[in-house]
Amino acid sequence: MEAELKEMLTDLDTLKRSLPDHPSLNSSIDKMQLRVEHLTNLAKSAPGRRLKVKDMSAEVVDSNPYSRLMALQRMGIVENYERIREFSVAIVGIGGVGSVAAEMLTRCGIGRLLLYDYDKVELANMNRLFFRPEQVGMTKTDAAVQTLSDINPDVVLESYTLNITTLQGFETFMSSLKNKTFCPSKQGIGVDLVLSCVDNYEARMVVNQACNELNQTWMESGVSEDAVSGHIQLLIPGETACFACAPPLVVASGVDERTLKREGVCAASLPTTMGVVAGLLVQNTLKYLLKFGYVSPYLGYNALKDYFPTMEMKPNPQCSNAACLERQNEYILAKPARDAAAKAKKEEASEPDSLKDKINVLDDSERNITLLQESETSLPKSATLSLIASITILMEGFVPSNPEVDSLADAQIRLSLAMEVLDLNLIKQRLDHLNAL
Amino acid sequence: MEGWDPNTKSTLTQIPLLSTKAGPRDGAAWTQRLKEEYKSLIAYTSMNKSKDNDWFRISAANPEGTRWIGKCWYVHNLLKYEFDLQFDIPVTYPSTAPEIELPQLDGKTHKMYRGGKICLTVHFKPLWAKNCPRFGIAHALCLGLAPWLAAEVPILVDSGMIKHKDDIASASES
Ligand SMILES: [Zn+2]
Repeated sequence: MEAELKEMLTDLDTLKRSLPDHPSLNSSIDKMQLRVEHLTNLAKSAPGRRLKVKDMSAEVVDSNPYSRLMALQRMGIVENYERIREFSVAIVGIGGVGSVAAEMLTRCGIGRLLLYDYDKVELANMNRLFFRPEQVGMTKTDAAVQTLSDINPDVVLESYTLNITTLQGFETFMSSLKNKTFCPSKQGIGVDLVLSCVDNYEARMVVNQACNELNQTWMESGVSEDAVSGHIQLLIPGETACFACAPPLVVASGVDERTLKREGVCAASLPTTMGVVAGLLVQNTLKYLLKFGYVSPYLGYNALKDYFPTMEMKPNPQCSNAACLERQNEYILAKPARDAAAKAKKEEASEPDSLKDKINVLDDSERNITLLQESETSLPKSATLSLIASITILMEGFVPSNPEVDSLADAQIRLSLAMEVLDLNLIKQRLDHLNAL
Repeated sequence: MEGWDPNTKSTLTQIPLLSTKAGPRDGAAWTQRLKEEYKSLIAYTSMNKSKDNDWFRISAANPEGTRWIGKCWYVHNLLKYEFDLQFDIPVTYPSTAPEIELPQLDGKTHKMYRGGKICLTVHFKPLWAKNCPRFGIAHALCLGLAPWLAAEVPILVDSGMIKHKDDIASASES
C-alpha cells in the first residue's frame, strides 16, 4: 500500500511537470499530492497496531504477546516475570548495540525506556541492525521511538536528543535519571539500571560520573574498533571497580581503552558482534532485574577465538574519581549491616524450602555460584590486593611514562602558582588583546 | 614521550602547566581553572608569535567558559589555509580532554569523526590522562590540533579536497 501511494506521488509529480503552466490545474494537483501524503501517513500508522495490554497474561494464544515470556515463570526460571513492567532502564547511545538492546527490552515488555543520543540515522549505519533506510536523516532517538512504539505500545518511551558530555546535556541527563514520576514508590533514583552503549571513552567517563554521583548501578558495553571483540561489565558504585578505576579493556586485552577509536569513519563494525554484545548485555540486565541466574560482573567476547573471559574487579582505592571514593567509603561503612543480612539469608536458606525442591534441576549451577562466593569471602584481602596490583601494573604498562614532562611539571606548577592572581575577566581580556594583534 | 616529534615535544614543555583539577560543574574552582587556562593560552600564543609561528585564535564564547570558538590556520606551499575551530569543555574535564572540531572539514577526510571532530593519535589520550590536571586547552591544541593540521592539510590540498580562498574567488569570477 505504501509503495503504491509513493508511486502515485511520483506520477502526480510527472503529470505536473508535463503540463503547461496552468495555475488552477497546478493547484488541484498540489491538493491531490497533499491527500496522497495524508493517506501515506494513515497507512503507516493504521494497520497491525496492537492495543495496549493491561495485565501480562500467561495464556497461550496467538494474540498474547507475552505468553512465551510468562512461560519462564511456569518453568521456574523467573519467580515473577510481570515485575518487568515496574522497571525503568536508561540506554545511553542508540547505536549498533544500544538500539538492539532497546528492541530486546521492548519485546520483553520492560516498563519504561529512557533513550539518549544526539546523532542522526545515516546510510552508513545500515550494516547494523534495527534502523531502516527510510529513517535516514531522523534523529536516532525519534527513529527508535517510532519503531519501538510499533513493536510494543505498552512500553513507556522517553527520548532525549542531547550530548551528555556537554554541561547542559549532562544536567538534563542527571535530572531525567532522578525523575521518579513513573514509579514514585521505588527506592533510589528514577531508574533501575543504566546501560552504557556509547562508542567512546569520553562519553563512558560521563556515564561513570553520573552513576557514581547518583549511586546508581549500571552496565557498560563496548565493541572494539576492529569489530571482532567486545565486552559487558556490571558496575556497582563503591562495590566494584568504576570505569575510572580501570578501563575494562586494559585489563581484559591489554589494549588501553583511551586509545580506542569510536565507531564511524575511523572504525569497522559488524552487525554480528554488535548483536552478540547487545544480547549479552540484555541477558545480564534481565538476570539482574528479575533476579535469576548469575549476573556476570564482567564478560568479554573474542570473536576470532570464540573466547569469553570473565573476571571481577574491585574498586581502586586510589581512583581519580572523587564520587567513586565516596561510594567506596560508604560501602566499607555498610559492611556490618551487609554481613548481618547475608547471615540471616543463609539461615533462612538452610531451612527446608519447598519451592527449591520443585526446581531441583537448577540447583547445581546455583550451588556452584554459592561456592564461588564463599571462597571469595574466605580469602578477601590478599586476593583483592593482588588483583588491584595486577590492574595497576597493567595500567602502568600501557601509559607511556614521560619523566621529562613529570619533572618539568612540578617546577612549572610552582611557577604558575607564583604568578599574580588576576581577575578572570582581566585575563580573558589579555588573551583577546593578544588575539587581536 | 615516544611517538611525538621533537618540535612538538619542545613546544609542549614550554607551555605553562595548570594545577587546579576542576571542571565546569565545580563553581569557584572552575573559575580558578579558567584563569589558569587563559594564562597558559596567553603564554602559548605569545611564544608562537615570538617564534613567528602564530597559528590559532581561541576564546570562550560563553560566560561559563564551556564553549570555545576561534580560528586556526596552516601554511602549505606559501598559501595560508584557515579553518573555524570549536569545542566544548566536557563535564568530566580535565579527566577527559576537549574534542577539537573543525566543522568546515567534516566529511572531507578519514581522519575525522562525524561532526568534524579530529582523530587523535594513539599517544594523545594516555599522555593527557597521565598529566591530568596539568594539561589544559593550550596543551590539547599543541598535542592534538597542531600535528593534525601538519599531517592532514597538505593531503587535503594536494588531493583537491580543499581549495585556497583566492582560488575559489578567482574561479567564481571567471
Ligand atoms: Zn573508581
